[in-house]
Amino acid sequence: MSKDAEKEAALRNEALKGMLIDHVPHARAIGLEIVSAEKARARLKVPYAPFLVGNPDTGVIHGGVITTMLDNACGVATQMALGEPTAIATLDLRIDYMRPAAPKLDIQCEAHCFKVTKSVAFVRGTAFHEDIEDPIATCMAAFMLAANRAGPPSSGMREKVLGEMDKLSASDRSEG
Amino acid sequence: MRDLEHISQGRDINEVMATIPYVAFLGITFEKVADELLAKLTFKQDLIGNPSLPALHGGVIGGFLETAAIVQVARESKIRVLPKTIDITIDYLRSGRPLDTYARATITKHGRRVANVQVIAWQDDPEKPIAAAHGHFLLEPLGEANGDDKASA
Repeated sequence: MSKDAEKEAALRNEALKGMLIDHVPHARAIGLEIVSAEKARARLKVPYAPFLVGNPDTGVIHGGVITTMLDNACGVATQMALGEPTAIATLDLRIDYMRPAAPKLDIQCEAHCFKVTKSVAFVRGTAFHEDIEDPIATCMAAFMLAANRAGPPSSGMREKVLGEMDKLSASDRSEG
Repeated sequence: MRDLEHISQGRDINEVMATIPYVAFLGITFEKVADELLAKLTFKQDLIGNPSLPALHGGVIGGFLETAAIVQVARESKIRVLPKTIDITIDYLRSGRPLDTYARATITKHGRRVANVQVIAWQDDPEKPIAAAHGHFLLEPLGEANGDDKASA
């Protein structure tokens, strides 16, 4: 990747990070964080919190939180694969649970959008604590691209992302 | 979960659900509507995924469907712990608008160890579901023989 393309990718990541947390109410509500995002991939994290618990006897986070993380991560990975903000809508999401989550631990997930066609993007994801080779759950998702039911919203999102990128690159330039 | 066996005996589900932090946070309750028990997700701003539409977050819908399935299995089984999700597939059919959402879960096959469940969710029009899901749930029956529940791993 050329230096310019690298810089652009880094700025896009920053802008996306801000967007995920600031502009998605439920993601904000559960404390979802973007750990990293690059071409076609995203890593997200949910810090352990008592209100996310599914089983009060064991203190293990509810499976629905994992569903949310994986759905969100797959969406971000798809946006990262597309290169410019696009209206996308989840068609389907399948989650397989390998093992129970451990009590009181943060959960991370990694998603990879491995195939983009004209209308559909395909994504795989894994949720884990520290070791991706010991997954809590894996998922497969298909996203519709330029989906009618996802909006006209992409023009607003696109302007926000480009705006954020301009701000960041302007301050970047001024710091030499 | 200690109170779970009471669900199959008809004890108030909402009391039990209120003790599960994430379920209480999402705002999932159960109500009897024309003789059937439906799951209800009461709308609030924290459930939104895309604010420009606005639309409910897909993960919230998924968690709601999964919870509806688990409760249905708990109601129809004699078990002491919550069924564990083996797998669940969610089909997103329509955008979830900022309204209350309802779900109905049906057990398609109730085996001894595995239940296969289908769930459907709608908002203002039952003929226009917003999502459907199906999944497999693992059951730990109350004791294989004479209450010996050390038998299972």
